[in-house]
Amino acid sequence: MNTSKKTLVVIGNGMVGHHFLTSLVNSPIKETYHIVTFCEEPRAAYDRVHLSAFFSGQTADDLSLVEPGFFEQHGITLHIGDKAAQINREEQTVLSDKGVLIHYDTLVLATGSFPFVPPVPGHDRPECLVYRTIEDLEAIATVAQKSKVGVVVGGGLLGLEAAKALHDLGLKTHVVEFAPRLMAVQLDEAGGALLRHKIEHLGVTVHTGKNTQLITDGEHCFNKMCFADGEELETDLILFSAGIRPRDDIARACGLEVGPRGGIVIDNQCKTSDANIYAIGECALWNGMIYGLVAPGYAMARTVVADLASQPASFTGADMSTKLKLMGVDVASIGDAHAKSQGALTYTYQNGDLEIYKRIVVSADKKHLLGAVLVGDASGYSTLLQYCLNGIELPEHPDTLILPSRSDESGGLGPDALPLSAQICSCYDVSKGDICQAIEAGCSTVGDLKACTKAGSGCGGCAALVKSVLNSELTKQGITVNTDLCEHFAYTRQDLFTLIKVEKITTFDDLIEKHGHGLGCDICKPTVASILASNWNDFVLKPELAPLQDSNDAFLANIQKDGTYSVVPRIAGGEISPDMLITLGQVGKKYQLYTKITGGQRVDLFGARVEQLPLIWKDLIDAGFESGHAYGKSLRTVKSCVGSNWCRYGVDDSVGLAIELENRYKGLRSPHKIKFAVSGCTRECAEAQGKDVGIIATEHGWSLYVCGNGGMKPRHADLFATHLDKETLIEYIDRFLSFYIRTADRLQRTSVWMENMEGGLDYLKSVIIEDNLGLCEQLEAQMQHVVDTYQCEWKTTIEDESKLKRFKHFINSDQADDNIVFIEERGQLRPAETKDQKHFKLVEVA
Amino acid sequence: MSHWQTICEVDALQANSGVCALVEGQQVAVFYMPKSQSVFALHNYDPFAKANVLSRGIIGDIKGEPIVASPVYKQHFNLKTGCCLEDETVKIPAYSVRIDQSHVQINLDYD
Ligand code: SRM
Ligand SMILES: Cc1cc2nc3c(=O)[nH]c(=O)nc-3n(C[C@H](O)[C@H](O)[C@H](O)COP(=O)(O)OP(=O)(O)OC[C@H]3O[C@@H](n4cnc5c(N)ncnc54)[C@H](O)[C@@H]3O)c2cc1C
Ligand code: SF4
Ligand code: FES
Repeated sequence: MNTSKKTLVVIGNGMVGHHFLTSLVNSPIKETYHIVTFCEEPRAAYDRVHLSAFFSGQTADDLSLVEPGFFEQHGITLHIGDKAAQINREEQTVLSDKGVLIHYDTLVLATGSFPFVPPVPGHDRPECLVYRTIEDLEAIATVAQKSKVGVVVGGGLLGLEAAKALHDLGLKTHVVEFAPRLMAVQLDEAGGALLRHKIEHLGVTVHTGKNTQLITDGEHCFNKMCFADGEELETDLILFSAGIRPRDDIARACGLEVGPRGGIVIDNQCKTSDANIYAIGECALWNGMIYGLVAPGYAMARTVVADLASQPASFTGADMSTKLKLMGVDVASIGDAHAKSQGALTYTYQNGDLEIYKRIVVSADKKHLLGAVLVGDASGYSTLLQYCLNGIELPEHPDTLILPSRSDESGGLGPDALPLSAQICSCYDVSKGDICQAIEAGCSTVGDLKACTKAGSGCGGCAALVKSVLNSELTKQGITVNTDLCEHFAYTRQDLFTLIKVEKITTFDDLIEKHGHGLGCDICKPTVASILASNWNDFVLKPELAPLQDSNDAFLANIQKDGTYSVVPRIAGGEISPDMLITLGQVGKKYQLYTKITGGQRVDLFGARVEQLPLIWKDLIDAGFESGHAYGKSLRTVKSCVGSNWCRYGVDDSVGLAIELENRYKGLRSPHKIKFAVSGCTRECAEAQGKDVGIIATEHGWSLYVCGNGGMKPRHADLFATHLDKETLIEYIDRFLSFYIRTADRLQRTSVWMENMEGGLDYLKSVIIEDNLGLCEQLEAQMQHVVDTYQCEWKTTIEDESKLKRFKHFINSDQADDNIVFIEERGQLRPAETKDQKHFKLVEVA
Repeated sequence: MSHWQTICEVDALQANSGVCALVEGQQVAVFYMPKSQSVFALHNYDPFAKANVLSRGIIGDIKGEPIVASPVYKQHFNLKTGCCLEDETVKIPAYSVRIDQSHVQINLDYD
């Protein structure tokens, strides 16, 4: 170890502690420190904000905030599952539960908070739980299994999220709140009442103004809650979500200053009363405030990094505005929601029919927005927040901001009206200026911006605003985002899809005559060929379609570097009988083809000359093989693991499902290739989470993942739906694929398509699962047509003399192309390179 | 001196794409656009891929000039001149070709 380095110890590897580490390693001062962190939990930092996703199938790994190899790469010592027990400020040491003793030069406390459990008698009964860590959720799942009724104590933000989780776990759910309304911190009375109404409508019972006095044995359930007003409630599971308390015990014990109601006191540099010790996140008390949100914690973390680097930086409070969807209900609260500021004026809009409530709080001079409450429709959140945070002067009649616009004029605040300093993403403190800079440096999509600035990759609340800033900046820079497919068509692929579908166009000539100009090119022809195939599914080598096909489709095989082709028969789901395998071997041998197992669980036969293709396929088809469409932008393979038929862990028949899916979607032409996989259990041997469509068997049915891929820019698939039976699964996949085919750009894989979609995964779910575009029936019909009109393209080809004409090297001679020369290597043939000619004997192939 | 020879009949051509003919030991890619009744001929050898494949490329036009796109790495070649659009130092032989009655005729003496 470099002894000239100072030691920096971080206690707590939660969300904020980890954000501190990632900010630190990106700063040059990281070189001056040897970094050590204590992590009490059995795993390093994970995304607590999205903790509930654990119940919809996300694993601890999915939630992890740690980039693979992070600690190793940056030389950070991580003491996992080890709690810091004592701080000795004189000696400047930390001692852990497991006995690690470390000297520190600088200490950062990021110990977070713990859920407050009111000390009512019975609060420690076995079914009384809290909602903060992955272990808590595991405990909830276990108790829920034997429960019918669940109560959440606390009707705040977190309480309602927990209630949703219980509701989804199938429990009859109640929320018990001490205050007279839900979300008392954020909402006013009318807003709270509307929220309550909506939530009860969803089947959760809400009890407000209830003071729990005792928890004891129940008669029908495990427990009974007794309230001060004499009422009782029987329940099995009880979940406390009655606020948080800072974890300041370790700080308290070593004499650091703490607040009267807890919290480690910090100044604007996040320093505690000891100059060598900082505190950040939910354990810190700044100006009498504990911030129970990630964004302020992250801001504190960045402040400490800057302070360590001797850069001027201060934490001066944070905005507590929030927007979220609680049980499907939009709720938002901004700034001074309760109109406590002097002279504040309020404007309220209430729509009893649509169940919308909006209220804004405006300064006495009507110039500035101080706060807002939105329930039922939070679409105005970004605009209002910007008015509030950036002190932008309000329009003459502030109420236009919340009144529904009946005309075209929108009360929205264009991104141009924002100053460069306006904070767009609060999670990662990204300003409009940062975004503009990234755009200047070449970012041109939301995906680019995410990767480059991280804007939008936290809570996701700012996504729409990021997109609108991007669009307006690009337009300003004169980068008219030209979306024309090519010089022959002033349309996007999506436009052409619609034209072809609506006008029932079946040929390229017809399309270009009506909607394009010129002769076409190698961009528009294959694109149109693909759209025609997706819509009408005609044989791709029909005379009027064949000239449109891309290199590989044109000969129903993959062209290789020397002008020969490869042949890939379909092996659905990777299942193949010994006899079929033998046939492949025989065909390979007969035509002297180089034979290889592909990365897609099938066999590729290389080195076929164009004139050999029909002969090879005749042999294969006679033996029962079909085209594998390895040549198409189309469904490739549905990879499978062995699954429950053989595997001792298998939960369901992954091979059977893979075969069924491959046979359903085979031949489907799409904007780019599509790959599937099906795994028989969560061990995931089929790597389904790396596919466009991935399916994993669980005890409760199939889980569907979408929009993953390997290749150049690997992307993990997102969990889309769980607990599916096969019929629903297929219905979702039909819709998903059809929607992709309709709306993606040319050569855009599902991942990029989804990432560029406004609203992303949630929007996709709303279209596919909730059918909020009313499209699902059409999407299913579109797919069913393709399924019903499937043909093996090779079978059609070899059965028709006239189609075979194109499979010749010369029209006027039976000679072969003498430029194709093979050499032998490892017992098989491969194309000869110029350099080989001296060293090897060239093999003449008859 | 010009010398035209018949290589095949029109119906041996593929509408809106190419075929390859063997002419005096040379591989010649012949492209046919029936609408304008035009034919073009280039050598079949793609210098980028080092393979005889150009007859299998997609044809069309770019800025009004007729082109073929190589099926391997997709460079474009002008069907009239053989010039590569992506790399002006590359030019492949282009031949005179015509349809006489129903005969497709070629003149290999290009300069
Ligand atoms: C044969 C095979 C390699 C092998 O010997 O294993 C292969 C070969 C080719 N791949 Fe692949 N890929 C093969 C599996 C894969 C896999 C693995 C998989 O499917 O599990 C991947 C990564 C997974 C994925 O796609 O998400 C893969 C990612 C690519 C990519 C990058 C795609 C991307 O989105 O980044 C390309 C390029 C492209 O499509 O634009 C590509 C393109 C190609 C092409 C078509 C390149 C070309 O145009 O010549 C290769 C020609 C295939 C041929 O001649 O038959 N291949 N390729 C594999 C065929 C599998 C099959 O049975 O059909
Ligand atoms: C279900 C849920 C939903 C939420 N949703 C949102 C949301 O939508 N938006 C939002 O902004 N915020 C949300 N939050 C709050 C957010 O998660 C917290 O603000 C954030 O996690 C605080 O980070 P932290 O690092 O201060 O604390 P934590 O993430 O709790 O991390 C503290 C860590 O320190 C460890 N630790 C404590 N003492 C010691 C010790 N002595 N030695 C070693 N380790 C120790 C703890 O075990 C813990 O791992 C949500 C929280 C929950 C539970
Ligand atoms: S994913 Fe599960 S069922 Fe499939 S092979 Fe692996 S362990 Fe067995
Ligand atoms: S504000 Fe949370 S991701 Fe941008």
